[in-house]
Amino acid sequence: MNSETRQAIWNVSVSPHIRRGVSVERIMWTVSASLMPPLILSVFIFGIQTLLITFVSVASCVAAEAVSQKLLHRPVTIRDGSAVVTGLLLAYIVPPGVPFWMPILGAVMSIYVAKHLLGGIGFNIFNPALIGRAFLVATFPVAMTSAWLIPIRDLSIFKYVGSGVDAVSTATPLYVLKHYGMAGLTERFGSTLKMYGDFFLGWQPGSIGETSALFLILGGLYLLYKGYITWHVPVSIIVTAGFLTWVFGGERYFTGDPILSVISGGLILGAIYMATDYVTSPTQPSAKLIFGAGIGVLTVLIRLKGGYPEGICYAILLMNPLAPALETWFRPKRFAPPKGAMK
Amino acid sequence: MNRELLTFPKGGIHPPEHKEISEHLQIERMPIPAEVDILLQQHFGAPCSPLVKKKDIVNEGDVIGTVSAGLGASVHASVTGTVKNIGTSPHPTSVKAPSITILTDTQAQPRTYGPADWKAMPRDEMLSRIKEAGIVGIGGAGFPTHVKLAPPPAAKVDTLLLNGAECEPYLTTDHRLMLESPGDVVGGASIILRILGINECKIGIEANKPAAIDAMEKAVKEASSNGQRISVVPLKVKYPQGSEKQLIQSLTGRKVPGFGLPFDVSVIVQNVGTAKAVYDAVCLAKPLYEKVVTISGKGISRPANLLVRIGTRLKDIVEYLGGTKNGLAKVVMGGPMMGFAIPTLDVPVMKTTSGVLFLTEDEIDLSPHGHCIRCGWCLDACPMGLSPNEIGVYVEAGRAEDTSQFGLFECFECGCCAFVCPARRPLVQFIRLAKMKAKK
Ligand code: SF4
Ligand code: SF4
Repeated sequence: MNSETRQAIWNVSVSPHIRRGVSVERIMWTVSASLMPPLILSVFIFGIQTLLITFVSVASCVAAEAVSQKLLHRPVTIRDGSAVVTGLLLAYIVPPGVPFWMPILGAVMSIYVAKHLLGGIGFNIFNPALIGRAFLVATFPVAMTSAWLIPIRDLSIFKYVGSGVDAVSTATPLYVLKHYGMAGLTERFGSTLKMYGDFFLGWQPGSIGETSALFLILGGLYLLYKGYITWHVPVSIIVTAGFLTWVFGGERYFTGDPILSVISGGLILGAIYMATDYVTSPTQPSAKLIFGAGIGVLTVLIRLKGGYPEGICYAILLMNPLAPALETWFRPKRFAPPKGAMK
Repeated sequence: MNRELLTFPKGGIHPPEHKEISEHLQIERMPIPAEVDILLQQHFGAPCSPLVKKKDIVNEGDVIGTVSAGLGASVHASVTGTVKNIGTSPHPTSVKAPSITILTDTQAQPRTYGPADWKAMPRDEMLSRIKEAGIVGIGGAGFPTHVKLAPPPAAKVDTLLLNGAECEPYLTTDHRLMLESPGDVVGGASIILRILGINECKIGIEANKPAAIDAMEKAVKEASSNGQRISVVPLKVKYPQGSEKQLIQSLTGRKVPGFGLPFDVSVIVQNVGTAKAVYDAVCLAKPLYEKVVTISGKGISRPANLLVRIGTRLKDIVEYLGGTKNGLAKVVMGGPMMGFAIPTLDVPVMKTTSGVLFLTEDEIDLSPHGHCIRCGWCLDACPMGLSPNEIGVYVEAGRAEDTSQFGLFECFECGCCAFVCPARRPLVQFIRLAKMKAKK
């Protein structure tokens, strides 16, 4: 028995002594994996440069994380994968026709300013990727609102490589709908049914990773199955936005198109992947429903009254700072608090 | 078995059970060690004062320490031999604690106990036998049983609950006890019902122990009922099913209020092991000086359910079982969720020791913790509806005093929150710190 030598290395930390084994790293890498199908599909829809833009975005987010943490004298945690998720999401919400270097600036904004200057993971108030995008829209308004590409119908994934933004730009479905009405939309994209089908699969002009409702929903269902997200926020956003669009989105009341409003303009990507960000959303089911409904209302308001057809990004950013308040108002139900104690 | 399983609604987790390591191993009597250290405090209350001096000869079962005033339970010599020292021993939760060391007389004959007819025994006699035997709640904090079984008359207890949930992973002590001595456990339940003057008893057992459930049901049928209604209730496998408040809710639907006691909802809870000890005390007049202890984990050469004398040092157990294995990283007294990691094998077995786990690196996770990512999983896992995430953040920010708003003192440290936390935050540690600071 050599217990004397061994006891020095025994660990005597506080209970519990076992853990579930689902770590932040595991969550982040699973989320990243679930985001791969839309990325692969984007290559067939918009061409090979979507890969390049995404790669630049992820690499610069990871680099920005390492440098930020070094500068701020904090432990470097790039292995937790959270910067990779931010990088993917940032790339997914820029138009496929932007120059490849643009995400670098967005990454610095996302990671250094929106995440680390506010205290690092767990303390940031706003979704970092959305801050990055908002910054890019403010700095490069033309590219960020017009570098849309017409979906490719064949396998010519190199089609747009080297061509300038102006040469290929088109308009997004929600933009067309807003300015030319339903007639303009079907004129451009074919009969209603075919259009819905194409859009749902992903063949519509839009940001890199937001166009395929199908793949995003599949990814979301997988995260739901793993227990990494709950249904409350996505469902609440989709139902609220769909309903309000139906009521107010048409020329008369109750004539809007709820389906189109949901499957385009990044609503699904925002609902499943951005609004469910742990740090910037509340934890309790009722608070989540309110949070999601707020995003739905603001999205429709921005889309119908404001100038941004993809309003969900701003809607989420506007609701983010309310998350801490919702968290305070909605606490878990205590088992049986002592009588007369604070609630 | 198609009965619907009862459970508690809020929170809880499903850790890997690891009961397969030891659940099939019959209870095995370990040979008496050369020396034992009897800790003078093995219960909730005041420590015992020694009744013996150095060099005294003591017999197996003699009272050697007792509490003269206040809450407590006597301790007994677990072996026949000579008092070697009255000093201190390592204690699982405090560093050192007063103890009596006895040098075993290897020639001594084991003491035997003959059964008495308890059915004719008056209630006071039964209670005093329990007191003399030093019985404490062996499933938990060691609350003296003779006190618990004499509740204030205003309490109006109507139901006895026996806790056979054994929800902690690895542990199989209660499982084996119910399987091998179901009659004694049911006999103990009968005695307790008589003492309390009530007839209703429910025995809650997690559904992962079907053999124990069958054995107990059979024992209940065989026991003469005398108007008593004892039933076995299978419970859903969910940690912490065996925690007092959760068990009461699962079995009766009643909720014990914060800072309240089971009396407040008219129930008394006893562990099945305590019921067996009560049976031994009343029926055989045998004091509590032996204990079944599960020895498990990947770090021990031979896992076992060992019947050992109280005061047996862990190093003697390890030696008896063939030593520890490579990769041993942590030794835990109790279950992996609520037990205490101990720094030395000189710690002796106590009345409340349910198991000793020898855990290897791949059974535990020693990676450092990160910031709270606000996933809310700990909130979903907490059976008490508390906010361990906030308590953790407040403690790190130096604001431990402000954490009672999150229900700090209702936390019973079950560890569900820390178990699920993806950032590996030591939430129970934060909570203990907060409790210490907030009290001042
Ligand atoms: S240890 Fe306390 S806070 Fe954590 S889950 Fe258990 S009761 Fe809740
Ligand atoms: S489980 Fe951990 S990371 Fe998640 S909210 Fe609780 S403390 Fe924070």
